[in-house]
This record gives sequence, C-alpha cells and structure tokens, in this order.
Amino acid sequence: MLFSNFFVLAEEKTQPATDYVAQLEKLEEFLIVISFIACVLITLAFVYFAFRFRRKESREEGKATQHHNLPLEIVWSFIPFVIFMVSFAWGWLVYKDVRTPPKDSLEIQVYGQKWNWEFIYKNGRKTTNELYVPVDRPVKLIMTSRDVIHSFYIPTFKIKQDVVPGTYTFLWFKANHKGEFQVFCTEFCGAGHSSMGAKLNVLSLADWENWLKTDPYKGLSLVEIGQKAFQGRCTACHKPTQERLIGPGLAGLYNTKRDLEDGPVVLADENYLRESILNPGAKISKGYPNQMTPFAGLLSEEELSGLIEYIKSLK
Amino acid sequence: MEKNYLNWKKGLLSWLLTRDHKRIGLLYMITVFSFFFVGGVFALLLRLELFKVGETIMNSAFYNQIMTYHGAVMIFMVIIPGIPAFLGNFVLPLQIGAKDVAFPKINLLSWYCLIVGAGVTLLSLFLGGVDTGWTFYTPYSIETNTAVIPVVLGVFIMGFSSILTGLNFIVTIHRLRCPGMTFFRMPLFVWSLYSTAIIQVLATPVLAITLLLLVGERILDIGIFNSEKGGDPILFQHFFWFYSHPAVYIMILPAMGVISELISAFSRQKIFGYKAVVFASLGIAGVSFFVWGHHMFVSGQSEWAGIVFSFLTMLVGVPTAVKIFNWVATLFKGSLKFDTPFLYALGFLFLFLIGGVTGIMLAVLPFDVHVHDTYFVVAHFHYVMVGGTIMGIMGGFYYWFPKMFGRLYNELLGQVSFVFIFIGFNVTFFPQFILGMSGMPRRYADYISPYEPLNQVSTVGSWLIASGFVVAFFALIWAMFKGKKSSANPWGAKTLEWQTSSPPPHENFLKRPVVSKDAYE
Ligand code: HEC
Ligand SMILES: [Cu+2]
Ligand SMILES: [Cu+2]
Repeated sequence: MLFSNFFVLAEEKTQPATDYVAQLEKLEEFLIVISFIACVLITLAFVYFAFRFRRKESREEGKATQHHNLPLEIVWSFIPFVIFMVSFAWGWLVYKDVRTPPKDSLEIQVYGQKWNWEFIYKNGRKTTNELYVPVDRPVKLIMTSRDVIHSFYIPTFKIKQDVVPGTYTFLWFKANHKGEFQVFCTEFCGAGHSSMGAKLNVLSLADWENWLKTDPYKGLSLVEIGQKAFQGRCTACHKPTQERLIGPGLAGLYNTKRDLEDGPVVLADENYLRESILNPGAKISKGYPNQMTPFAGLLSEEELSGLIEYIKSLK
Repeated sequence: MEKNYLNWKKGLLSWLLTRDHKRIGLLYMITVFSFFFVGGVFALLLRLELFKVGETIMNSAFYNQIMTYHGAVMIFMVIIPGIPAFLGNFVLPLQIGAKDVAFPKINLLSWYCLIVGAGVTLLSLFLGGVDTGWTFYTPYSIETNTAVIPVVLGVFIMGFSSILTGLNFIVTIHRLRCPGMTFFRMPLFVWSLYSTAIIQVLATPVLAITLLLLVGERILDIGIFNSEKGGDPILFQHFFWFYSHPAVYIMILPAMGVISELISAFSRQKIFGYKAVVFASLGIAGVSFFVWGHHMFVSGQSEWAGIVFSFLTMLVGVPTAVKIFNWVATLFKGSLKFDTPFLYALGFLFLFLIGGVTGIMLAVLPFDVHVHDTYFVVAHFHYVMVGGTIMGIMGGFYYWFPKMFGRLYNELLGQVSFVFIFIGFNVTFFPQFILGMSGMPRRYADYISPYEPLNQVSTVGSWLIASGFVVAFFALIWAMFKGKKSSANPWGAKTLEWQTSSPPPHENFLKRPVVSKDAYE
C-alpha cells in the first residue's frame, strides 16, 4: 500500500481491489525498495569516488595497487544473484495464483475485435464494451479475437492477457468491492487501439442477477434498438454525423448514390445497408480501407433491422 | 601539411569508394547521426501530440505511423549500427595495432547495405507509410493495408550490413592483432565488439528469415502465421524475439565496451577485474539467446515457458551487475578528470543502473503481467537504449573525436550539452515509470485525463533533450573544422590508438606496433 496513493488510477480504499492485488503489492514494494537501495548505494559510491579522487595535477596517475580481488568479486556476484533468485521465486508464487482460476469461477466469453470488446454471458446475454460481474465471486474470462491480437488489461486489478485469434486464453479475478473499473486494450491493433477501452461494472450479486435477466431492448422502438446496438459496436469507426472517422459518417447516407472502390455507383437502399453491415468486404466505399468487421452472425435480426432503421433516421 | 587519412586522397569518390576503415567509420558517422536526427524529430512529434488529451496535431492513424518510424529508424538505423559500425570501425583496427579490418571491401559493402536498406525502408514513407510498430506483429502486419513490404525488405537488407560487419570483426580480431597483443591483452572495447559480433552473425539471419516469411505471408498467403490456415500468429513473436532479444545486447554490449575505455582513461587506471568484465561480456552474449520469451509473458505461451524464461532472465542480470561493480571499483584511488566523455560515462552508470533494476523488476512474472505493454516498459528500454547506448555513442564520440579529426572540441559546450541531455532525459522518461505503474498502455495515440500531468512533464523533458543535442551538434561541427589542434594523446590514455598521430596516417601506424604489456598499463 506504500506506493498506491502515489499512482494516478488508485482510489482511496481501505480494502485492496482484489486479494491478488494485495499480494502483488507486497512483492512490488519489495522490488521497488530493494531497487531503490541498490541504486542509491551504487550512485553514492561512484559520486563519492568521483569527488574524493579527482585529479589534482595533470600528470597524476591512478594510485590503485590492486586490480582484481577474487573474494570481493565472488561476494559481489553472489549478492545480486541471491536477490534475483528471491525476486524470481516470489514472483513465481504470486504468478501461480493469477494463473490458477478457482473451480467455481463464473465463466464469461470475451471477444476482441477492431475496436471493441464483446461479452457473452452463460444465458446468452451480450454486451459491448460493458462487462458486468458480481462482487466477491471469482470470474473467469475465456477470451479470443475475431481479427488481430488484442490484449485485455484491467489496471486496477493488475492483470492482463493477450487475446489471440484461433486460440482461447483466459484471465480470472475476484473483485472485493463494487464499482466501475477501466479496461484497456494493450496490444497494438491499429487506428482505434487507444480508444478500445471497456468498463468493468462490479455489482452486488442480487443486482447482477437482476441485470442478467432483463432484456435490454424491452419496450424500445426499432430505432432505439438500433441506436443501442450502434453504441460501442460501431462507434469506434463511425460517427452518427457526416464526419469521417475510420469509416464514413453515416448521417444522410440512406438513399444516396455511393461511389464504390472498383468503379460502380450504387444506391444506398436497405439492401445495400444490410450487405454493408453483414459483409462489408463485398462493396467497399471509395476512399476507405476494407477495415470493417463482417457482422454476419454477430447481430440478431432484431438488432440488424434496428441498425438499418437507425441509419435511415440519421440526417 | 602533414599527410593523414583525411587528406590522403581528395574528392567525393575517394570517400564513397574508400576501403579505409577510418573513412568508412566516418561514413557511418554521417549516416547514423542523420538518421538520429530523423528519428529524433519523430520522437518530438509524438511527445507533442501526447502533450494534451485528445487529438492535437495528428490523428491516430498518423500517430501510429510516426510511432512505427521512430522505433524502426532508431533501432535499425541508429542504435544497431551506432557503436559497432561507426565507433567500432574507426577504433577496432587501431586498438589492436592493425592496418585495417580483414576484409576492407566487405566493410564498404556493409555500409552500402545499410544505405540501400534504409533507403528502401524510408521509401515506404512515399507509398503510404507503415503502421505496425517496429515489431511487425502478425496478424496485424499481414492485414494492414499499409506499406509493410518495403519496410520489411529494407530491414532485411540492413541485416546484411550487420552480419557483414560482425563477420569482419571476428576475423579481424582473430587474425590481425599485432605482435604481442594476446587475447587477454585486448582492450575491453575490442572484447565487447567481439561478443557483439558473435550475436550479429548468429541472430540476424533468424530475423531475416522471419521477415521473408512475413513477406511470403503477405504476397502468397502461405499461412504459417495465420490461424485460419493452421498457422500460429504467436510463432512470429517467438521468431522475432529470438533475434530481437539478443539484438538488445547488440545494442548495449558495445556501449559497455566504450564505457570501460572511458572509465579507464579518465581515472588513469587499469580496469578492475579485467577478466571478469571479459567473461561477463561473453556470458551475457551466450545467455542472451535463451531469454527471448520474457517479451511474451502474457502472449499465451505456456506458463512453464514463462517460469523458465523468468529464471534465465535473472541470470543475465548477474554478469551485468558485475560489470557495474567493476566500473565503480575502477574509480577507487583513480585520478579522475571530468571531461565530457567521462561525464557521459558517469551518466551511463546512473541511467543504466535504473534501466537494469527495472529490467529485473520486469523479469518478475506477475509484475510483468501488470506493466507489460505499458509506459513502464517504454521507460525501461529508453533508460537502457538511450541511457545506455546513446550515452555510449556520445561519450565515445567525444573521446575519439580528437583522434578522428585531429582537433579538440570545446569542453564547456560539451559539458553544457551533457547537462541538458542528462536532465532532459530523466525529466522525459522517469515520469513514464509512474505512468506505466498506473496502467497507461504504450502505443496509445490518446489517453484518459488522469494521465495528462505526467505526460506534460515528459513532453517538456523532450524539449530539454533536443536543446542539448542541438548545442552538441553545432559545437562539434565547429570543432571539426575550427577546433584547436590536438596532440596524439590528449587524454593520457594507454591503448594503442593513442600512440599514432591524430589524425592517424593512411594505414594507421608508421611502424608496426609491438605490445609487451596488458591493456591499460
Ligand atoms: C473497424 C471499423 C468499423 C466498424 C467497427 C464498423 N465499421 Fe462500418 N465501415 C467501416 C469502413 C472502413 C467502411 C468503409 C469501407 C467499406 O465500405 O467496407 C464502413 C462502411 C460502412 C457502411 C457503408 C457506408 C457507405 O458509405 O457506403 C455502413 C452502412 C456501415 N459501415 C455500417 C456499420 C455498422 C452499422 C457498424 C456496427 C454494427 C459498423 N459499420 C462497424 C469500418 C467499420
Ligand atoms: Cu489494441
Ligand atoms: Cu529481451
């Protein structure tokens, strides 16, 4: 705890964010203190020598008589060796903990893609860029990527893991108190890398169970469903205005003529919008990279119709 | 006027076709400092963008390109050739009493490899640029629509420059030592170049093959790094770091060699524990091949691999610590003079110490899990690469400057620029340790507002560093042409290069030197 107040993101909390953080902070303190001592001692030694033995007249030679000393050299190789081994072994112990999720962990699927995070819960509920978990319960994230490598990092919990296409990797934690925590992507993944964040929401168990059961689209109009589905999924690349981001701004798109990359001009009707979302590679808009994630299979029919209505409503 | 290697022949062609190691060294000097300027401007632009939250002077796609070029230029065009090819070329034959390197024509060829490779790499700037980061991780580097191929081919060609220089040095050291110069009488700079050359020759081909595979992946879609075709994107990281970790020692070992020379010369003493320093260099070079996985603790490699790599990385720390102790012990009872090169040596000791202890911290598995790919790592490797290698280049350049040009630089300006660079460096990079421990990821074109104050400090520091280098640049250019004439041995140093005139004659020594004493005696 010695250093945590010092750090920008740490909040004033009596209890550490997770038990693992408490363990790791002890190790961090050890590493920082011993590094600090080593740096200070060695720096003091050479600064002292530097002043004590400065040259008095220009022809003066060095006066040391001994140019090696085996016992001394053995001792000063051995001391760092011991410190390094202690650091290694202690690190191993703590590492074992962070790589061994408890058996009763709550499992949540995580998909990284340019440039958002999708979370799928056991009952099929999906969220984008918002992860909801209960407090005091171990959670295991089973993660993979739909395109390039990303990395899932929760700084307050001091854990991260790369998210790799073609394999599952995992991460686990048990939050000690409710609250909202920042998630970053820490593997370089292109233009949206620095905005590929998410929020981790830790709720009480009852709140979380309630949240899980609610239908997020219940009672909403089609446009509102579209607007909700648009948040996070599309906002890394599209603005609901005419302004360009990675992809074109979507306002005023509906029913206009679009120039395509390879020449033809098409009318942006419902079919075009549908295809542009499900299989964007089929028709690339002129002047834009073929960078959009194909959403085929990733959206429900309800969401898709909602998105199309929403785009139509943007002026 | 006296004949020396500088006025031995005249005209541009006599330089571009020279086979004299000293002239080739100077060609490298011009190249390396030009690229340092380019990479430095990129760095200043990055820091400027990061001065404030939000988009200020460039969008994220452009930021990613500048970030990539800053890394690629600094690593492949400045730090790798910096000491071996520039200082090493000039000094190595002189220090072992040879007329030249073993293969003078290959030596010239390797300079052309660097120029052509750098040219091809920088050509990509006009083909839309590249945005992968200097590490070219797959599958991003396969998917991105930017100019990856020219950059990668350029790096491939530059690799040959490194291999040829290494090969040349190994043969030179084995075959061309003057009579009486036994292996254990060689100056430590020569030993460090020798260790470096071994890594250059053994590791660089692995990078070359990896980059060719990447080109194959982009053009022919061979699938080796593509999980959809049964390949493995992580395999690329293994290949890449199998070269790039040893490459870290291509970057730092020669700097350690320079520091040994400086500490011995400016304390007028033999290096304490000469043999320990020699074996430490060789030991570091050897173990460096077995620690690449410490860059991949969170990549998804097996946990056991992580544990083994963590352990082996700790082992590299020991010979490194031994070297630091030996340097400090050499100062004891010395006759120390605080000329600019020696200030750089002391600067190196301090910065490298911080770079070293933070390296040990990063080798501790759970700590790395937390700060991997954050600014902590950025700060750590700048302390090692700039605090180590750049300090080594600058210190060595000031030290051998009188030998290269037969003139003295201005001591006061040298010291002033050092102070700016040293303080600016710490102002720039120390806050980044704190940013990293607070979770700020690297390669971010933008960040959340709690990180802003420390980023502003860091940006201000970058201006101090730049001012220091501007002063150094003009002072040195002036000294090159107008500086006071230097004697053969202005420092009272003991190694052979100081026994011939400054600048040396065409073939280094008028009479072949014969050695009857240990180095630094
Ligand atoms: C990774 C960035 C990215 C994401 C995420 C993304 N898009 Fe796109 N989108 C693009 C790019 C780039 C284009 C232009 C190239 C093309 O046509 O494929 C585009 C084109 C489009 C077009 C055609 C626009 C035109 O001018 O013809 C539509 C419609 C569209 N996107 C809708 C969406 C919707 C809806 C979502 C969210 C479900 C979404 N996009 C998510 C990058 C993205
Ligand atoms: Cu990312
Ligand atoms: Cu490494």
